[in-house]
Amino acid sequence: MSEADAATEAQRIATEARDRARFEEEALALADQVYRVARRLVGSREEAEDLVQETYARAFRSWRSFTPGTNMRAWLLRILTNLNVDRGRRVQRTPQTQPLEETDYYLANKLASTAGEEALEQEQVVERLSQDSVVTALSEISPQFREVVVLVDIGDFTYADAAQILDVPIGTVMSRLHRGRRALKQKLAEEALT
Amino acid sequence: MTLEPCDRCEEILQDFLDRTLTNEEWAEAETHLGDCDYCRRRYRFEETLRRYVKLSAVERMPPGLMAKLEQLRGLDATA
Repeated sequence: MSEADAATEAQRIATEARDRARFEEEALALADQVYRVARRLVGSREEAEDLVQETYARAFRSWRSFTPGTNMRAWLLRILTNLNVDRGRRVQRTPQTQPLEETDYYLANKLASTAGEEALEQEQVVERLSQDSVVTALSEISPQFREVVVLVDIGDFTYADAAQILDVPIGTVMSRLHRGRRALKQKLAEEALT
Repeated sequence: MTLEPCDRCEEILQDFLDRTLTNEEWAEAETHLGDCDYCRRRYRFEETLRRYVKLSAVERMPPGLMAKLEQLRGLDATA
């Protein structure tokens, strides 16, 4: 190798190391947001920690396949949801059946018919539904619906991002989201009124 | 469409809150919500509920996880 070649090679290595470090910094800055989604996709904090670690291990190994300037949060979540599906498939192969959800006013109507229209006011909602009951209800809806509800309503992803992450059409995201929210309200009604 | 206004309002509730309605549907909802206390309360309830679900469901990263992630830096594809 000539001296000039060696210098070019050294330059290339330095640039790559810098790009990689920058990528890692950017990815780590998103860890809290990645964890937030992971935590609601799986049953326990330990599982969520494992899932996030596996996600970052995979991301750091495949950093070259990330296109700079694209949405890294969505890219990380795509890795995470895929890992989660792989993991889930090992345990549960039979598709879950979901009972037909009630309509969108279901929970509101239930609350109003038990405790009057005032039960729909903010202070009363917070009083009647505990934060634990929300977490429980969320964990009880079927994984396919939960995934979308968690990405959009907890993770603040757009429909388009969620579609990209889950590799499904946007229309599928919308219908799963609507049905998932209804299923959630149905669970909350069961929790709150029994 | 022969749906009653309240049924119609219920049907477009999610899209209203997601801000994905067409201009016509938006106007339709606004008009109905202007005269209908029943739907107005339910829309407000849904908005509150969404905020509350998020508030309840968001859990911070456990202390210590960040350090574990930091240790993964520099992982090589061939490793």
